[in-house]
Amino acid sequence: MKILVVDDETDMETLFQQRFRREIREKVVEFVFADSGERALYYLDQHNHEAVLILSDINMPGMSGLQLLQKIKQKFENPPPIVMMITAYGDAENYSQAMKLGADDFLTKPLDFNLLKEKLKAIQ
Amino acid sequence: MSFEPFLAFFLIRYLRKSLKTFSPDPQWNRILTISMYCVVALFILDIIFHIEPVTIWIWHISLLFIAWLTFNQPKFSNTRNVIYAVLPLVILSTGTDLVKAIRISLYNNLHTYFGFGFAVAITWMFAMLIRSNKQQKALEKERKKTQEKEERNKFIAAQKDQLEILVAARTAELTKQKEELQHAIADLKATQTQLIQSEKMASLGELTAGIAHEIQNPLNFVNNFSEVNTELIEELKTEIKAGNIEEVILIANDIKDNEQKINHHGKRADAIVKGMLQHSRTTTGQKEPTDINALVDEYLRLSYHGLRAKDKSFNAIMLTYFDETLEKINVIPQDLGRVVLNLFTNAFYSLKEKQLLDLENYRPTVSVSTKVLKPAIKGMIVEIRIRDNGVGIPKEVLDKIFQPFFTTKPTGQGTGLGLSLSFDIITKGHGGKMEVETKEGEYAEFIIQLPK
Repeated sequence: MKILVVDDETDMETLFQQRFRREIREKVVEFVFADSGERALYYLDQHNHEAVLILSDINMPGMSGLQLLQKIKQKFENPPPIVMMITAYGDAENYSQAMKLGADDFLTKPLDFNLLKEKLKAIQ
Repeated sequence: MSFEPFLAFFLIRYLRKSLKTFSPDPQWNRILTISMYCVVALFILDIIFHIEPVTIWIWHISLLFIAWLTFNQPKFSNTRNVIYAVLPLVILSTGTDLVKAIRISLYNNLHTYFGFGFAVAITWMFAMLIRSNKQQKALEKERKKTQEKEERNKFIAAQKDQLEILVAARTAELTKQKEELQHAIADLKATQTQLIQSEKMASLGELTAGIAHEIQNPLNFVNNFSEVNTELIEELKTEIKAGNIEEVILIANDIKDNEQKINHHGKRADAIVKGMLQHSRTTTGQKEPTDINALVDEYLRLSYHGLRAKDKSFNAIMLTYFDETLEKINVIPQDLGRVVLNLFTNAFYSLKEKQLLDLENYRPTVSVSTKVLKPAIKGMIVEIRIRDNGVGIPKEVLDKIFQPFFTTKPTGQGTGLGLSLSFDIITKGHGGKMEVETKEGEYAEFIIQLPK
């Protein structure tokens, strides 16, 4: 399963790779990283339908996670990728907006990786 | 009938008048008045009872006495001229009568000489009287002049006194006003200090949310990476037991890398907290070598996240063009931090305003650049440019933006002190320059130049 992680904090890449080292080694999951919404869209354009799941931060300079979500949901259909939003501001406003735009799930920072792993298992 | 009674009367009256004008003396005045009455009374008695042989001597003695008086009493020194005029006549008359009384034959022999003497004495008398009269008139004129002068001086002195009273009153009034103004200034200064403090606190409030976000991120990394390390250590144990040396080394390296990341993010949080403390601290006014790039970058992030925390839908592109050759320069970091924070906050506010217009393809952008000026332009060595593509500044307010209390924000949203304080910090505090370039509806760019 290919997962696209979008976050302006580049250390997130290292963190995911470490946290999922066993899964990566066993080739259960594969991670791709983008440090902005624009780069994420570019990747999705280039590799259509490769990423099944997109984990995106909301709070990013430039295109925000919510804008990215909106674009993904407009552009990519059949089947639409699963999009989970991650934010440091776990507030009701962001949550309701993400849900309205069609987010499949909503996670708050700091990420609970055990919970995330369980959710991934459920998807698979 | 002789001239003596008239002469006596005239002389006494003259003495009295002269006394009155030059040195008034009530006692002498009374004596002289009584004397005048005596002369008149004696003259009447003389006419009624024909006692001339007696009175003639009284007249002679009286006249001589008057003459003696004028020469002995300094009070009558003014009348001496008149006495000089009549004295020959008086003496001659007395002498003639003496001669007549003692030896009438001698008088008869000398008769012609006496006649001649009288003629000379009378001529002398008139000449002297005319001269004296002239002198008297001149004296009188002089006296009047002096008197007028004195009166004028008195008048001037009185006026001067009046003026002085007026001046004193005005001075008191002015002093009072001055004191009132000084009080007002002191009050204003206190208010200003309070306002500056509240402006600082307001900007700190804007920062708090940004700071919370900025600290939350590194803390998340610290927690996450330390959790990963706990896991890795468990794995490490397993691999050691399995004797898988290569894998052990790999895991150990990962643990080390993660430790470095934990350390890095810990330091990041530390720097943010220190920066916040620095911002809230009363400025020491001490200049210290400061990395301008780092300072500008830090406040850019803080203000962006501060705004984001308040308005979650807000988004902007931030571009930084830092001149890496820029060495540390001496500035007051807290103060310069406040200036750039203020400029960034304004820039983001302007982007938000423009976003409300719902323009097609609008990409809200704040860019900041630093530059080492080579050669130094007018002694200025570093330039910081903060630019936003927001609503810009209208021409009609452009010359007011650095004035205290000028604000375009709705009441309660801005103190109107941000830019004026910033301007003061740059120009007065650092000897630098602060300018703005703008086009309404397109952009605003604040340019700060600092000397070394």
